[in-house]
Amino acid sequence: MTDNGHGRPMVEAVGIHKSFGHVEVLRGVDLTVLPGEVACVIGPSGSGKSTFLRCINHLESIDSGTMTVDGELIGYRRRGDKLYELRESEVARQRRDIGMVFQRFNLFPHKTAIENVMEAPCTVRRTNKKQARESARDLLDRVGLGNRCDNYPSQLSGGQQQRVAIARALAMEPRLMLFDEPTSALDPELVGEVLDVMRGLARDGMTMVVVTHEMGFAREVADSLVFMDEGKIVEAGTPREVLANPKHERTQAFLSKVL
Amino acid sequence: MPASNGGASPRRAGSDSRDSRGLAPPEGDTTAGGAEPIPTTAPAPIKAVPVRHPGRWVAIAVLAVLAAMLVNTILTNDGFRWDVVGKYLFSPPVLNGLKNTLLLTVLSMLIGIVGGIALAIMRLSPNPVLSYVAGLYIWLFRGTPLIAQLLFWNFLAALYPRLSLGIPFGPEFVSFDTNQLINQFTACLLGLGLNEAAYMAEIVRGGLQSVDHGQSEAAGALGMSRGQTLRRIVLPQAMRVIVPPTGNETISMLKTTSLVVVIGYFELMTSVQRIYSVNFQTIPLLIVAALWYLALTSILSIGQGFVERRYGRGVHQGPTGARLLPRRKTAGAK
Ligand SMILES: Nc1ncnc2c1ncn2[C@@H]1O[C@H](COP(=O)(O)OP(=O)(O)OP(=O)(O)O)[C@@H](O)[C@H]1O
Ligand SMILES: [Mg+2]
Repeated sequence: MTDNGHGRPMVEAVGIHKSFGHVEVLRGVDLTVLPGEVACVIGPSGSGKSTFLRCINHLESIDSGTMTVDGELIGYRRRGDKLYELRESEVARQRRDIGMVFQRFNLFPHKTAIENVMEAPCTVRRTNKKQARESARDLLDRVGLGNRCDNYPSQLSGGQQQRVAIARALAMEPRLMLFDEPTSALDPELVGEVLDVMRGLARDGMTMVVVTHEMGFAREVADSLVFMDEGKIVEAGTPREVLANPKHERTQAFLSKVL
Repeated sequence: MPASNGGASPRRAGSDSRDSRGLAPPEGDTTAGGAEPIPTTAPAPIKAVPVRHPGRWVAIAVLAVLAAMLVNTILTNDGFRWDVVGKYLFSPPVLNGLKNTLLLTVLSMLIGIVGGIALAIMRLSPNPVLSYVAGLYIWLFRGTPLIAQLLFWNFLAALYPRLSLGIPFGPEFVSFDTNQLINQFTACLLGLGLNEAAYMAEIVRGGLQSVDHGQSEAAGALGMSRGQTLRRIVLPQAMRVIVPPTGNETISMLKTTSLVVVIGYFELMTSVQRIYSVNFQTIPLLIVAALWYLALTSILSIGQGFVERRYGRGVHQGPTGARLLPRRKTAGAK
């Protein structure tokens, strides 16, 4: 479904640096995610996980390095040996193919669940309303909320809101999905329903980069697991390797706290 | 899970009735203290004598007496001259003034709202020049008296007898006689509308900034442009904050329009003043004006209610709003 058939990586980050003022938050991050792969990112608070994820869809601009998604440079165009910043509309076009799910859901509170899902297809892709409504209903069905189409976000539980947010991102038929701690704002008993949806997505072959503290999910679903600390990727490998016998002492220290 | 639930609920019911011991009838106490829960199918509803509010009844009585006195004096004092009020309420000069009041209010609020939205967007724009220019405009128009601005637009011709469009220091394309381009009515609109835009700009800016940044981020991540995000996501949510002060501004504008008298134009208040300066029936004619202003204000308030409900969708429903109200009630009862 998401295989681009060229075997080229879906995400290729090389030497990403990013500073806020004088604080260097990302200090040379390299990451490659192949099509259909699920990469989980773990690490202590403030290590730059969210910032890195936001660099992938250019919600944050990077200071140096290159970020490519499906072979396309994000945020810039290379002509000759010069880089040109992309115009806002071009960045918007790149973002259509990259879905993002936020820790705090960020659903549009003035729109019902189904209107949230229809919004981007209608305004960005100019899909006609009827068709958009049909596919939105299908998507909400897929995340188990077919009967909650006409509820406003304030009438839904946290887990339901996050599932609507996933459906909303899927409505643009993205090639890549980014998740920033999608279950961290949820009550423990609601975490499962969101992880189930994500598990289903992974099974269907969606390429995903997931920042998470759910080690169980990472162990079960992820193809690769990276541990970030102080703006760098300290350790990377299969979840089994990294979780069962971490090589770096900082990984060991972190895992001993969370596991 | 269900088993533990079943164990928890009778205990919770017991503590509830203990909390309300002061209010509950004495039988309630025995069930609360009882060791074994009585196997009833449904819990009995609380039968309690509601709290009495003697203070409220005293207040109502006092107000009733005052109201009766007011009605009595309005009906019996001949100074009100209700016959004169009736005679002038729908008289042509008053209706003419009313028409101008309405026209000026609607049009200058329209200029104010459209201009205010544009200025607020400029003020928040990442382009420093736009932001600075908007700031300068707001500073200038809020910082000088409205009367001075009205007079300025009216006497623009003294400053610039002709207005022309062209390239600075270069050729002109078109040119107009200022006095023909800006008549009294246009000067009123410019004065009221451009001044209002400065105030509306700050109201709109407050509204836009009240919307969580995560909203525009989510829209951006979906590939919506800045314009689409503003129109479809941010502005509709900001409206909830923008509408009530805009209602205030409109109602205030109804009465502010009377300032146009300084440039010799007229509206409801001016018409009424012209009549009572001739026949000296000051109080009845002020009542005529007051009745019309009250009528217009009532209509505006109803309209505001509709607009607020339209933009309150998705906000007033749900658990948070429902939880806030009873909490406030208990706080008030203490
Ligand atoms: N817009 C910003 N301006 C300034 N500093 C920022 C900004 N965004 C993030 N930071 C800083 O960058 C650092 C990394 O933040 P980031 O949110 O990426 O961490 P994180 O790994 O996602 O942490 P958490 O697990 O708590 O979400 C933090 O020290 C944070 O204070
Ligand atoms: Mg984070």
